[in-house]
Amino acid sequence: MNSLAWPRPRQLPLPGAPRGAAFGTIVLNEARLARRQPLPLIGSIGLPVVLMIIFGEIPSSGQVVSTLGGLTLFDVYLPIIMVLGLTMLTMLGLPGPLVSYRELGVLRRLSTTPVPPSWLLAAQVVVQFCVALAGLLIVNVTSIIAFGAADPKSPAGLALSSLLAIAGLFALGLLVAAVAPTSGSVNAIGRLAIIPLLFFAGLWLPRALMPAVLQDISNYTPLGAAVEAIQDSMQTGFPPARPLLVLVAYAVVFAFLARRFFRWE
Amino acid sequence: MTTLESTAAKTLVEALAPAGRRPAVEVAHLRKAYGSLVAVDDVSFTVTEGEIFGILGPNGAGKTTAIECAIGLRRPDAGTIRLLGLDPHADQEQVHEIVGVQLQSGALPAKLRVGEILEEYRSFYRDPADIDELLDVLGLSAKRGDYYRSLSGGQRQRLSVALALIGRPRLAFLDEMTTGLDPQARRDTWELIEQIRGRGVTIVLVTHFMEEAERLCDRVALIDRGRVVALDTPARLAAQARGGKTVRFLPSGPFGDQLLTSLAEVTRVDREGQHVVVTGTGELVNAVILALHAAGVTARDVQLDSSNLEDAFVKLTGKNLHSEGVAA
Repeated sequence: MNSLAWPRPRQLPLPGAPRGAAFGTIVLNEARLARRQPLPLIGSIGLPVVLMIIFGEIPSSGQVVSTLGGLTLFDVYLPIIMVLGLTMLTMLGLPGPLVSYRELGVLRRLSTTPVPPSWLLAAQVVVQFCVALAGLLIVNVTSIIAFGAADPKSPAGLALSSLLAIAGLFALGLLVAAVAPTSGSVNAIGRLAIIPLLFFAGLWLPRALMPAVLQDISNYTPLGAAVEAIQDSMQTGFPPARPLLVLVAYAVVFAFLARRFFRWE
Repeated sequence: MTTLESTAAKTLVEALAPAGRRPAVEVAHLRKAYGSLVAVDDVSFTVTEGEIFGILGPNGAGKTTAIECAIGLRRPDAGTIRLLGLDPHADQEQVHEIVGVQLQSGALPAKLRVGEILEEYRSFYRDPADIDELLDVLGLSAKRGDYYRSLSGGQRQRLSVALALIGRPRLAFLDEMTTGLDPQARRDTWELIEQIRGRGVTIVLVTHFMEEAERLCDRVALIDRGRVVALDTPARLAAQARGGKTVRFLPSGPFGDQLLTSLAEVTRVDREGQHVVVTGTGELVNAVILALHAAGVTARDVQLDSSNLEDAFVKLTGKNLHSEGVAA
């Protein structure tokens, strides 16, 4: 056996040591894991791109439909597809690893090191946020380049709507991570929640075609508000306050509940 | 009967400790209950700097709960804990920097490589160990580029020990560190532990392997039903269990008990039919054979029975530690 360099530190370490490098290595490893377990990536980036290509290739999808408020089917489905990608990511990609870290005892192990386990959660949010942004960018850019979609009317509105949609949905994903007891239950909860969430986003029946009562409900669901804000930014201009405030409210409430109920072991 | 660490014993330990050796772990009157179940009940012990201290007991004895309280993962209901003079809760940040912990049954993400995991944990500490050296000593160098999921149970265990040591701690808690290792890997790990202690690191070892405790530990606390039932060196605990060793033999001719009871090593002589059973301490066999030889008597069919830590445990708790431990 080789000898081990082990000079004993004589002085106690000073508290508040710089930990930027530590956070960096955690983010790096979480990014590696996201790349090596690509199912959530496929669901949140690959699936929207494939759906967009399908919609783009349907000949009638480029025609203006009067019942859709003078928009084409492609125009109507683009925000829905963007939000679909975000939903797959936040319901599966974000809570899955966090719950498995609790199951594996990684959070417990971290709580015996100088780095608190909450950093792993933060690193996971950083990595998945980058994935979410990449997905939205890819879908938008492809829609413009490949399918001749118009540039968004309000790029600032689109950016703000996207960020608030990510915030609201990520908070929901963290809440799932907080309450799901096992990795298996993340999938079960995710699948159960995705159906009504996407229904009110207009995946099966665009919001413009919904009866008034469903439209009213949709306005106050996370995905309904997200689709409304994104669609307005793309087609009309800076979105109205209501859908943005609805997203902010969801972000705050879900984040509070996630923090309140999160189990570290 | 073995005593809890009495004041007298404590003073003795302090007197024997070389100058400058301070207590690394001080646990006093620790108590922790989960509802009506008292997991740890008035546990006290002190570990001196540079010592390898064993905590031994059957499953459910409260070993792990005691350790979890000691390192600050759980809040005890009562009692005080000091690690290198620090409070594990109030001085959490400093404690985590200089105390390494290997918990039982902690896994890691399947698709991270050994080197990537070590680099991540290394970045948490201000003055960490060298990854190559640590991997070399633990026999994991060839596995540096392998995914965690491809490691054997023993390799995972050694990686877990590596993570406890990567911050170059001054005090390390290792909970069942050799469980699941094959005998060779176990001996390698023991060697590593002795090497690290040689550098002045204090080690608290939770184990149910008698051989491990006897080989490594300077002192051992036997824990049963949340209480410390004995605390001493492995050799002294073993000696207390049976009042020492016994030699059983068939003498070639008659002799008086006086011949053997007069020896310093002999505490008693019994006759079992033709056989003679001598109980005593020290170089018992040599002393007995020499005395018999001088009297012209030859001992045949000599059987030596030396009690060990396991006997001590059975005697003190009425339980068989080994059989319960292996199930874990």
